[in-house]
Amino acid sequence: MNALYAVLVDPFMQMAAQPDFLLQVLWEGLVGGILYALIALGFVLIFKASGVFNFAQGIMVVFAALSLVGLYEAGVPAWLALILAIAIMGVLALAVEGLVMRHLVNQPEIILLMSTIGLTYFLIGFGEFIFGGEPKVMITEELGLPTGSTVLEPAGLGRDGGPGLVILQHIDIAAAIIAIVMVTVLGIFFNKTRIGRALRAVADDHQAALSVGISLNQIWAIVWFAAGIVALATGIMWGARSDVSFALEIVALKALPVLILGGFTSIPGAIVGGLIIGIGEKLGEIYWGPLVGGGIESWLAYVIALIFLLFRPQGLFGERIIERI
Amino acid sequence: MRVDAEGGGPGAAPKKGEERITGEVLLSIDDISLSFGGVKAISHVSFDIRKGEIRAIIGPNGAGKTSMLNVINGFYHPQEGTITFKGETRAKMRPYVAASQGIARTFQNVALFKGMSTLDNIMSGRSLKMHRNFFWQMLWFGPAQREEIAHRRRVEEIIDFLEIEHIRKTPVGKLPYGLQKRVELGRALAMEPDLLLLDEPMAGMNLEEKEDMSRFIIDVSDQFGTTIALIEHDMGVVMDLSDRVVVLDYGSKIADGTPDEVRGNQKVIDAYLGVAH
Repeated sequence: MNALYAVLVDPFMQMAAQPDFLLQVLWEGLVGGILYALIALGFVLIFKASGVFNFAQGIMVVFAALSLVGLYEAGVPAWLALILAIAIMGVLALAVEGLVMRHLVNQPEIILLMSTIGLTYFLIGFGEFIFGGEPKVMITEELGLPTGSTVLEPAGLGRDGGPGLVILQHIDIAAAIIAIVMVTVLGIFFNKTRIGRALRAVADDHQAALSVGISLNQIWAIVWFAAGIVALATGIMWGARSDVSFALEIVALKALPVLILGGFTSIPGAIVGGLIIGIGEKLGEIYWGPLVGGGIESWLAYVIALIFLLFRPQGLFGERIIERI
Repeated sequence: MRVDAEGGGPGAAPKKGEERITGEVLLSIDDISLSFGGVKAISHVSFDIRKGEIRAIIGPNGAGKTSMLNVINGFYHPQEGTITFKGETRAKMRPYVAASQGIARTFQNVALFKGMSTLDNIMSGRSLKMHRNFFWQMLWFGPAQREEIAHRRRVEEIIDFLEIEHIRKTPVGKLPYGLQKRVELGRALAMEPDLLLLDEPMAGMNLEEKEDMSRFIIDVSDQFGTTIALIEHDMGVVMDLSDRVVVLDYGSKIADGTPDEVRGNQKVIDAYLGVAH
């Protein structure tokens, strides 16, 4: 009885007792979720267009952020460093397409996955060689991103109906806005332009796309570039909250449960999946974590994904898997 | 030189004018051989396709007809022989080159972009005609959008031509098979090709759909002057539509000529009736 009470009733009593704290937790979860969603978005872009699960998306986030900070530390002004970092992601996209993907066309998916794992370790080594292994501080202020915080005191939401307290970091608000803008731009790009249409065409049927004169090489370079830009944005936002280090690469694997939830081919899925995982793991950590001694944030996402797999293997928004036999 | 086949087999289409102007050679296949590992798919086949004609490629199952189309549009690279298109001789085509030189095609098992609408599928056929680059596309507004509108107009004409206005916005995966084939034809037409390759355009269709498709093929030939090469199993349709027929069997050419000539050819009769080789 006691155990059931502790799991099913007590956490909700705590939430009701201190609604402002609940709001704070939800906000933290939301922001974390947005960052997961951005990483997942990078995965989805490449998976949609080429069927490649890009294991290297996480290291691309680190590499992009390191390039930006590294250039700044080398004396390049922040705005120029940003443009150069974008250009570096462009060069990386061309290199990946020309040196790796082009030679592996029509190979089984497992080969393509292995090649991206190889790419991951190459980028780790290459990144450490150029930028060194120490964590760096993101140049948040130099890029013109806000750093302060807003303190809200919603009346009646605190303990025992007293005044509440919710703190919103400005950088988190900026992250949310940038994520929304990026997703909107990508949405328009995918749905309204020739190249976007070509991207979807390649995702649907390689041969048919070739027959209408769509160049697979060009499309792949473009998706890797788009994924690189998304990686840079993620790297800036994530770096601003902690610091820029290779540890981020591991955190990026959180995108996996996000993708299982949202479906590997759906942009809205990546976003909703990211938010569910972000909010779910924060709520779990704060209200249910103490029951098992805390620290559940690192694995709860995978458990949520596992449960999801049992009931909806194609994800929330993924295309249904129907095979004629 | 069109020869009317007797009787109106299934898919009997409206008759075209008696005289067709078939001009110089548009595509010529010279001594092409193609094998996969040890299996010969095509051996030493030569034939040509003249400007403006409807050329049929027929033969029993496994004769190498689809392989032939794949060689022409660059999906397969033959080990021997050459392909001459618009006066340029190549050992092999590449799909991108074939498409940009004006070769469009449809597929035996409809290969559409299933998640996209009819309109987007046909618009994708305009890819090579649209030139605004990546950066304009990213901006979307301005020149890229004007270009989009201009091409959309052309696509609407094709949609009218194929009488598929009502399914403009429907995701093609949801359409019945006959309509999917029509959308696929639309996508190929959107490329404004000089040579249109149709791989069994009427397979799996009912009589009415076959008649519609025959009519569209003839209209494409008459109105746009497009040269057409088609693979088809329905003999009534083949004899009715085509100006010249090439017959393949076990990867070799066994006959080539007008429908009447081919029909009377003993080798062709044997191939279809399965006389021992």
